[in-house]
Amino acid sequence: MLTLLHRDLRLALRAGGGFGQALGFYLIVATLVPLGVGPDRATLAPTAPGILWLGALLACLLSLDRVFALDREDGTLDGLVPAPLPLEAAATAKAAAHWLTTALPLVVVAPGLGLLLSLPAQAMPWLAAALLAGTPALSWIGTFGAALTVGLKRGSLLLSLLVLPLYVPTLVFGADAVRRAAQGLDPAQPLLLTAAISLGCVALLPFATAAALRINLR
Amino acid sequence: MEWGCHDLTCRRGEAVVLERVTLALRAGEAIVLRGPNGSGKTTLLRTLAGLTPPVAGTVGFGADLVAYGGHADGLKDQLTVSENLRVWADLYGTGRDGAERAAAAYDLAPLAERRAADLSAGQRRRASLARMVATGRPVWLLDEPTVSLDAAQVARFAAAVRAHLEAGGAAVIATHIDLGLGAVREVDVSAFAARRAVAVAHDPFAEAVE
Amino acid sequence: MSLSDRIWAWANPRKFMALSGAILPWAWGLAALCLGVGLIWGFAFTPDDFRMGSSVKIIYVHVPTAFIAINAWFMMLLASLVWLVRRHHVSALAARAAAPVGLVMTVAALATGAIWGKPMWGTYWAWDPRLTSFLILALFYVGYIALWEAVESPDAAADLTSVLCLVGSVFAVLSRYAAQFWNQGLHQGASLSLDAEENVADVFWQPLVLTLVGFGALFVALVLQRTRTEIRVRRLHSLKARARAEAPA
Repeated sequence: MLTLLHRDLRLALRAGGGFGQALGFYLIVATLVPLGVGPDRATLAPTAPGILWLGALLACLLSLDRVFALDREDGTLDGLVPAPLPLEAAATAKAAAHWLTTALPLVVVAPGLGLLLSLPAQAMPWLAAALLAGTPALSWIGTFGAALTVGLKRGSLLLSLLVLPLYVPTLVFGADAVRRAAQGLDPAQPLLLTAAISLGCVALLPFATAAALRINLR
Repeated sequence: MEWGCHDLTCRRGEAVVLERVTLALRAGEAIVLRGPNGSGKTTLLRTLAGLTPPVAGTVGFGADLVAYGGHADGLKDQLTVSENLRVWADLYGTGRDGAERAAAAYDLAPLAERRAADLSAGQRRRASLARMVATGRPVWLLDEPTVSLDAAQVARFAAAVRAHLEAGGAAVIATHIDLGLGAVREVDVSAFAARRAVAVAHDPFAEAVE
Repeated sequence: MSLSDRIWAWANPRKFMALSGAILPWAWGLAALCLGVGLIWGFAFTPDDFRMGSSVKIIYVHVPTAFIAINAWFMMLLASLVWLVRRHHVSALAARAAAPVGLVMTVAALATGAIWGKPMWGTYWAWDPRLTSFLILALFYVGYIALWEAVESPDAAADLTSVLCLVGSVFAVLSRYAAQFWNQGLHQGASLSLDAEENVADVFWQPLVLTLVGFGALFVALVLQRTRTEIRVRRLHSLKARARAEAPA
């Protein structure tokens, strides 16, 4: 499992691996939104938690179609099935690699983007905490979606269609935690719910992901 | 050691294409699968590898015995040859030792630090075949292994297979050319083509529905 | 043959066609009768509500479509489980057949709700938890249908959509609670429950039960009809495949 994780991290960091693209996308979203809705702090600050969450969610989504597609094309998935590693563990490794290379950088830069969107200072640590708690759910759900659509030639739009409804609870709780923090309320409850969804996804979704992979490899 | 499959019925997509496939494979033995395109060689290999579940019958290879080398080469462009082999060796638990044996078997040392993207088609194929050595698995299932190999490299491949057989391994190889393996058992897959009755028996919509 | 064997035997395509063919006219008839009587009764012969005026009468469409919208998903979940466990093709096809019906019912519930919402709440749309949940349910239906359409191999499509249906069900429930948590809403509580007197008065209640039965029968009829079509499509594929196999090469 560590082998696979290590390999994916190395691939992401090598030239052409696409590392940082999601980060760039996140930055652009956070820049374009004020250009669209106007520079007024009074309108930006209340929408900032939602925009930052939505941007992170879309940035995660954009990199999902390559999670399994490349491994299928070059025959790596065929080689993984007879390997001693259970496919469920392989699915976990792929999701973890996606989280480390795509989602974790978003968490790191999010407070900086919060400044751009006039998010109140007291909400910054909670923004990072909520994203840290919620992005594993995004990666694991996304990996499941990628496994469902891995056999399809033009699957990336379908992938968004399948994955986005599954993102709803994470988005609701995660953004609510940041919103509460921005309003000076206690964000602990939605934050814990976000973390609970992530833990549930990490524990259970690899089984569904592996099942979908097996079906698509037949 | 003896492996094989018994009375196997195989499916490609929804269609049943092979039936009554019984193969016995002893340690040190290789079977060459023959048959025209579309006769089910790939289907049989994928079923033996556990990728496609059989419709009926049993595959006598435990999943931890086989290594499957298909049309795709299983190499990552951005990694060097030695890194690629090391990944496969680690995945199958043979580690540095396995990767080194694999590189030696196909004389890949001169290419070791080359990125897979910079290899020629024939060199890629060699690196891909070396993965089989890296897995350390006794039963190799190879689908058209000699595509884009020149005559000298086909001979090298044959030597690698012979060494594998002498070490107590076995192989099932689908190919059209003469590999020069010496005395091998040739099996014509088209002999197992599913009869219409069998195809119908496994099609739930074969009988008139109303 | 045990009882359960006898029940499962109906999952054979041929037997299912015979059974559904026999049920279908009755289902259509029951739907027409209940909907005809229930809707005319409800629209023309019930008094206006003292608070809501005549707009209350939209419940005869709104409540049954909402009821079917949710239960169609349950039916798909059940059919998906049967497919995954017992590999009955008819079950998978029934799940496929139910999805578009469920989607239409969801959209109908949302549309009638919007029409009702305008005079009552002064707005067609509010981000009320129930409304939001239904919108999300519609998205789940769209994704499920899109996956069926996208996968070429019918058995793989059945497997993949079944897995999606299982996972989606969990997330649909989570979304429901998330929406509730997110915004305590305007929507009244359930219109129908066992202690119905405190929810809806008897005069409204009786035609509502009729339309509920009517929409239920309509759902059964539509799903059976669509499942029959799907079975015929599969039969056609099977015949074509055989013709291809037997054609001289």
